[in-house]
Amino acid sequence: MKVGLFIPCYINAVYPEVGVAICKLLDYLGIETDYPLRQTCCGQPMANAGFEAQAIPLIKHFETLFGAYEYVLTPSASCAAFIKCRASGNIYEACEFLHDVVKVNKLPGSFPHKVSIHNSCHGVRELHLSSASELNIPPYSKIKNLLSLIDGIEISEPEKVDECCGFGGMFSIEEPAVSVCMGKDKLAAHLATGAGYITGADSSCLMHMQGIARREKLPVKFIHLIQILAAGL
Amino acid sequence: MSSQHAKAARRFLDNNEQAQWHNRTLWMVREKRDRLAMQLPEWEELRNLASQIKMHSLSHLDYYLSRFAARAEANGALVHWAKDADEHNAIVLNILNEHKVKKLVKSKSMLTEECHLNPFLEARGIEVVESDLGERILQLMQAAPSHIVMPAIHLKRQEVGKLFEEKLHTEKDNSDPGYLTHAARLHLRNEFLTADAAMTGANFGVAETGEVVVCTNEGNADMGTSFPPLHIVSMGIEKVIPDHQALSVYTRLLARSATGQPATTYTSHYRKPRPGSGMHIVLVDNGRSRTLGNEEHLQTLKCIRCGACMNTCPVYRRSGGYAYTYFIPGPIGINLGMLRSPDRYSGNVAACSLCYSCNLVCPVRIDLADQIYRWRQQLDSLGKADRVKKIVSAGMNYLFMRPSVYNQGLRLAPSVNHLPRFMIYNPLNAWGIGREFPVFAKESFTRMWEKGKVKKPQNKDAYEQ
Repeated sequence: MKVGLFIPCYINAVYPEVGVAICKLLDYLGIETDYPLRQTCCGQPMANAGFEAQAIPLIKHFETLFGAYEYVLTPSASCAAFIKCRASGNIYEACEFLHDVVKVNKLPGSFPHKVSIHNSCHGVRELHLSSASELNIPPYSKIKNLLSLIDGIEISEPEKVDECCGFGGMFSIEEPAVSVCMGKDKLAAHLATGAGYITGADSSCLMHMQGIARREKLPVKFIHLIQILAAGL
Repeated sequence: MSSQHAKAARRFLDNNEQAQWHNRTLWMVREKRDRLAMQLPEWEELRNLASQIKMHSLSHLDYYLSRFAARAEANGALVHWAKDADEHNAIVLNILNEHKVKKLVKSKSMLTEECHLNPFLEARGIEVVESDLGERILQLMQAAPSHIVMPAIHLKRQEVGKLFEEKLHTEKDNSDPGYLTHAARLHLRNEFLTADAAMTGANFGVAETGEVVVCTNEGNADMGTSFPPLHIVSMGIEKVIPDHQALSVYTRLLARSATGQPATTYTSHYRKPRPGSGMHIVLVDNGRSRTLGNEEHLQTLKCIRCGACMNTCPVYRRSGGYAYTYFIPGPIGINLGMLRSPDRYSGNVAACSLCYSCNLVCPVRIDLADQIYRWRQQLDSLGKADRVKKIVSAGMNYLFMRPSVYNQGLRLAPSVNHLPRFMIYNPLNAWGIGREFPVFAKESFTRMWEKGKVKKPQNKDAYEQ
C-alpha cells in the first residue's frame, strides 16, 4: 500500500513534528509514504471566509498532485473534510485511516500522562470521528479507541464535549472577541479535567488554544494525537 | 475589519459576568434539550420525518394552502391573503376598525414582529398588549426580543423587578420570581378581561381540518382568545402541514428542542370561532414564496421557530441576540436576515465559526451552517465582502498557487519569530487580541523531507495485525 501524504500549510510551517510522527507510524505499519513536494494548501481558509473562487484553483492543484494515490492522508480533520466534499480522490484524516482502513489494534510505547481530547467540530460533525453530542446515536469515539492502544495513558474529555474552540479560520480575526472568549472557555474546560496535555486530530484548534494558553501563561501542553500514537516509535 | 456583529459582541462580552451568565443559561437549555432528545430512541427518525414532511408540504404548498383555507372557511373562519407586511398590517387594521377595537391583546408571534405590526397599530390609536410574559416585559421596556422563544432571556430578575416597580407598582427591591410573576398575572388578567380582540400567531396550520395550532407555556393565547369576541390569527404560509399525523411529529419535537420539555404546557387547537364571535386568519407571504424558488435557501422555510440553533450556537451564547442586526438572531436569523435584505443584514454572516452544531440540533434538519457558508460566497458579488479578508484570501491564493514561492516562504518563516513584539502585536492584528502567535519551526516539514531528515525507524518490530 502506498499513500500520498498531505501536510497542511500551517502544520508544515509550525508543527512539522506531526508530519514526522505520521511518517514513523506509516513506516511501522509497513505502508509506503509519498510526499509530493509541490503541495501547498487545500484552500479551506479562503473558502470559509467567502472566497471559494480563490480556493478552487488550489483544489484543482491538489487533485493533480494527489488524484492518482490509492489513499491520501492528512493529519488535519478540518482539511480532510474540506477536501473530501470537493476533490476527487480518496482523502482520509490520519486517525480515520488508522482506525477504519488499517484497523490498527496495537501500538508500542507508552504515554504516561493524562490527556484531554479536543473533539474538533469538523472531526466530529463532518468526518464523524466521534458521536456528536447533539445526536441520539450510540456513543463512539475513534480517537478514544486509538489512544486506548497506548500504555499508561489516562483519557479524559472536557465538559461540553464537542463545543467549538472558536478558531474557525478567518472567524478568529473577524470576530476576535467572541473567538477568544470561546477559546478561553474551551481551555478552562480542558484544564478542569486535570489533564496535562490537550490532544486532538486538528492542529488548527490546538494552535488556537495554544495561542491563548501562552498569552495566559497556562501550564498545559498541546500534542497532536498522531504524536501520542507514535510515542513508542 | 470588524462587522457590526463583532463590535456589538465585544461590547456584550465587556460585561463579563453578565455574558458568562447568558452563556450558561442558554447552555442549560441546550442540556435540557439533550436530556429529552436522548430519551426518545426514535429521535433521529423523528427529525428525518419532520424534515421530509416539511419538504413535502412546501413542494405542494399551493395544494395544502388552498385546502387549509377552504376547510378553515367551511369551519366559519375568514381567511385573508397578504402578499407582504404592509398588506398584512392593513388587513389587520381593517378588521380591528370594523369591530371598533380599541385594545388588542396578543400572544407571541414572530411574524407580527417581522411585519412591525405593533408600532403600526399603535400609531393608529389601537392599544396593543403583549401577553407572553417575556414579550410583555420587553414591551414595557420598549425593547425588542433577543431570542425567539425566550425573548427576555438576556434580562436578570433584578432588572425585571426594577421595571415592574416603575410600571406595575410592585414592592421596592422585590425581585422574587414568584412575586413578580404573580404581579404580572394580575396585571395581564385585567388586560385579558378588557381587550376587544385577541391576536395569536400560529405554530402550525393543519390543512386536513383547517385548524390553527398555537403552542404556549403560559396559557396566554387561551386566556386572550377566551374573552373578546374577535380572534385574529397571523400565520406565515410556510406553517401549513398536511394533517394531524404530521402534527404529532412536530408536537413531539418542538418543545423538546425549544426548552427541553416533553410538550408545551398548552397546545391549543383553534378550529372554528366561538359562538357569537369572529375568527380571521391572515396568511402572509412576505418573501416566503420567493424563498421557495431559491434552491440554496429553501430549507429555511422548514423552520418551526424552536430556537434550538440559538441555544447551541457558541457565538450566539457569547454575543446575545442584540448583537445581530436582524430581529431573529443566531444561525436561523443570519439566514432569514439575508433572505430579507442582504444589503442590510450581511454583517451577521461573519457571526459563525462553522462548527455545524446548529445543523445537528435542528429538529427539522435545516442545513443552517451550509447556508451561512453559501451566503459568504455571495458577499463579494454583493459588494459586501470584508476588504481585509479579501486581500488576505487573494494573497493566500497567490502564495499557494506558486509552490516554489510557498516553499521559499516556509524557509523564511522562522525569521518572523524574532520580529520585535510591537510589530506583531498591535491593534492592526486581530489575532494578537488575546492570543500569542504560533512559533514557526526551525525547519518546515517539506525541508526536513527534502533533506532526508524524516528518518525511517529501524523497523525491527514490524507491525503485524
